[in-house]
Amino acid sequence: MKKRVAIVGVGMSKFGELWDKSLRDITLEAGMYAIFDSQVSGKDIDAICIGNMSAGRFTGQEHLGALAADMGGLGHIPAYSVEAACASGGAAVRQAYMAIRSGEHDLMLVLGCEKMSDVNQSEAMRTVGVASDWEWEGLFGATFPALYAFMARRHMYEYGTTEKHLAQVTVKNHKNAEHNPWAQFQKAVPLEVVMSSGMIADPIRILHSSPISDGAAGLIMCSEEKAKQFTDTPVYIEASTQASDTLALHDRRDICTMDAAVVSSRDALKKAGLTVDDIDVFELHDSFTIGEIILTEDVGLAQKGQGGRILDEGITEIGGKYPVNPSGGLKARGHPIGATGVAQIAELVLQLRGDAEGRQVDGAEQAMAVNIGGTGATSIVHVLGR
Amino acid sequence: MVGIIGYGVYIPRYRIKTVDIADVWGDDGEAVAQGLGVFEKSLPGPDEDVATISAEAARNAVKYAKIDPKEIGAVYIGSESHPYAVKPTGTIVAEAIGCSENMTCADFEFACKAGTAAVQTCMGLVTSKMVKYGLAIGADTAQGRPGDALEYSAAAGGAAYVIGEEDPVATIEATSSVTTDTPDFWRREGEDFPSHGARFTGEPAYFRHVEQGATNLFKKMGTSVDDYDYFVFHMPNGKFPVAMGKVLGVPKEKLEDSLVVRHIGNTYSGSSMVGLARVLDIAKPGSRIFMVSYGSGAGSDAFSIRVEDEIQSHRGEVPTVDDYIARKTYVSYSVYAKYRRTIKA
Amino acid sequence: MAEHGVAQIWRKIKSMYNIIGNHCTTCNTYYFPPRPVCPKCRRKGHLEDYKFKGLGTIHTFAIVRQVPEDFKTQAPYVMAQVELDEGTRLTAQIVNCDAEDVSIGMRVRACFRKITEFGHGGLIVYGYKFEPTMKVTGHKR
Repeated sequence: MKKRVAIVGVGMSKFGELWDKSLRDITLEAGMYAIFDSQVSGKDIDAICIGNMSAGRFTGQEHLGALAADMGGLGHIPAYSVEAACASGGAAVRQAYMAIRSGEHDLMLVLGCEKMSDVNQSEAMRTVGVASDWEWEGLFGATFPALYAFMARRHMYEYGTTEKHLAQVTVKNHKNAEHNPWAQFQKAVPLEVVMSSGMIADPIRILHSSPISDGAAGLIMCSEEKAKQFTDTPVYIEASTQASDTLALHDRRDICTMDAAVVSSRDALKKAGLTVDDIDVFELHDSFTIGEIILTEDVGLAQKGQGGRILDEGITEIGGKYPVNPSGGLKARGHPIGATGVAQIAELVLQLRGDAEGRQVDGAEQAMAVNIGGTGATSIVHVLGR
Repeated sequence: MVGIIGYGVYIPRYRIKTVDIADVWGDDGEAVAQGLGVFEKSLPGPDEDVATISAEAARNAVKYAKIDPKEIGAVYIGSESHPYAVKPTGTIVAEAIGCSENMTCADFEFACKAGTAAVQTCMGLVTSKMVKYGLAIGADTAQGRPGDALEYSAAAGGAAYVIGEEDPVATIEATSSVTTDTPDFWRREGEDFPSHGARFTGEPAYFRHVEQGATNLFKKMGTSVDDYDYFVFHMPNGKFPVAMGKVLGVPKEKLEDSLVVRHIGNTYSGSSMVGLARVLDIAKPGSRIFMVSYGSGAGSDAFSIRVEDEIQSHRGEVPTVDDYIARKTYVSYSVYAKYRRTIKA
Repeated sequence: MAEHGVAQIWRKIKSMYNIIGNHCTTCNTYYFPPRPVCPKCRRKGHLEDYKFKGLGTIHTFAIVRQVPEDFKTQAPYVMAQVELDEGTRLTAQIVNCDAEDVSIGMRVRACFRKITEFGHGGLIVYGYKFEPTMKVTGHKR
């Protein structure tokens, strides 16, 4: 029989440019906090799964599974990392979900981490670029912001989305991050500042883009029976789904839609037996603000083409009908690539527990996270409930 | 009879005015432009080099010739700015225009006459039936040391000629060469910029070799200036070919049409070949063209060319030299310096 | 072992120089870059090499200002998705045109350019970029 999977602990490192901390430091920090939060002890953990995109390129270190088991003093348990570009964190959560659900493992430490600031800007761009179709996009000069600019320009052309809409996502997410102690940018930013920030790939400005970040996030995940030993407020994973699309953006059916997100979010709601209106809070992948706009459409919060206009109505703000990215999202919380998918889940666990302090969505009972890899080639969706 | 089956040119989009270069070095730009007979010159974009210029010119030439590139048996590219010191430019170009793998290829270097040397080689291969068509290209992205007189003229561009025997658009009636060891201009291995003998490049070098080349061919052919409608001389600047014409008694109007140097500068290996292309763009069937290239070091190749009726069914297929001359965007000296990588970044 | 990246580039020279992809005769779809298997027909597909005509229109574009190190001398430059006349899209730089003159729907033609260099003494990578159709591309405009 398939088991119900619970999350009983969350931990985060600070996100940002962490000059005095190594990949080992932040990964250990997030893991330790998750363990403390869950009240489990090291010996309860029977496996580790890590989401990481490219520690090999960013820090020169691979084999993170063994590294984490070693650093945490967790002995001889199985430990491994998984990679799905910017969706690596979501993939780690999903791997652990499947392992526990099948009964193979009972209680797992899930980590997501990336240390991006140990290389220069050029090397960081090059490494992020390999999440696209490097041979046919990146090599020719299409940077990651350029690929998202392709989507933004086309969305503007087809649906009349404006530069202001791109900026409104930033404003909203920064406002939310003011209350997130782990966020890279705990400060609001005025619309005019966003709209006059430097262009990096027209029409995308620097403040429409998530930053280069260091950071790690951790979860303790276990079976429902086990969860009851540790907490009265477990959060359950009601659905975990994943879908793929063409690696290159130019091969997509429609560059204004992430079909993988449409498929995986629809499947997740179906598996959870919910509709989108049942979801109280969302974490949507806003590596670039156009990403959030497109995902609000693809998940069903707005009609196709209306993802920009719903920002004018405030329905994705905390207190709105569909609060999106109360954590600040990738834009303001930061986007240490492999950590992001895990951090999204960590945020939603706090929201469902009612522990999200100044950014709490009142009475949240169901939540959805959408973690995107590349320009939409991977989409991993989790629906959580309490 | 052996001749030109098709030809094509390529001149990059960018230009810098002589006055803008002069401003940087405190020269009187108007005076320099008038004195040299070069008013602006072409320069390659940062993503252009002899391989890309040659490929674009060759694509035009093949289209003009209306031949299957798989029938080209030899590709020779003459240049003094091959992108690699070791590794042929010709392989890149042959692949880019869709040649067969079963052909021969090599890069030529003889200062500004490497392209016409390639034409002669192709003529030999065609005449001896070793190949059906030969592709001869002269192209350069010439560099002059910043502040040197050469900086006013060293330009970028190229021309490609398909040489064959079947239905040429212009017949090459005869060719002859002059070669001596005359070190008027050189670039040592590993050096960024060439060195030259200043006024030594004139009398004992350019003028002596071009004149002797012309005289030899006139004698060989039993012809004189009067037998030709157009003259094309290598154009290191706008002044030398005009002076050469005077010495040989060429009426001004017979030289005028080839003087592309005024608008694009000296494209080195491309220079006389682009000049010839401009004449072929406009010459009536039956016209005769006399061309002498010059390469420092030193030597000259002279050609007697006759335009055939066939040319009329090929014109209009590809852009003309004038189309390329007219397509231009000016850049400042600082952008020019960036594109030519004389700024160390 | 090969010098860094050389064999990787060499393998795709035909496609990069001349936009050679393939065509599935089963479903009449054109692919670029060439696909090892037709993703629509899978084992029922039949793929043949196809040289694209190199003409198309701009589907979307970006003006890249934060540029990779190897594109520094070209900044800012235009990247676009070009929809080829055969119905396939690819990603390429737009050259011979000022950034402010580029628009969605613009007609473009493939040209041959230097894509990047593997460092100062390394391999030079050549391939397709696109330019607006105009007189020097043999078009009316």
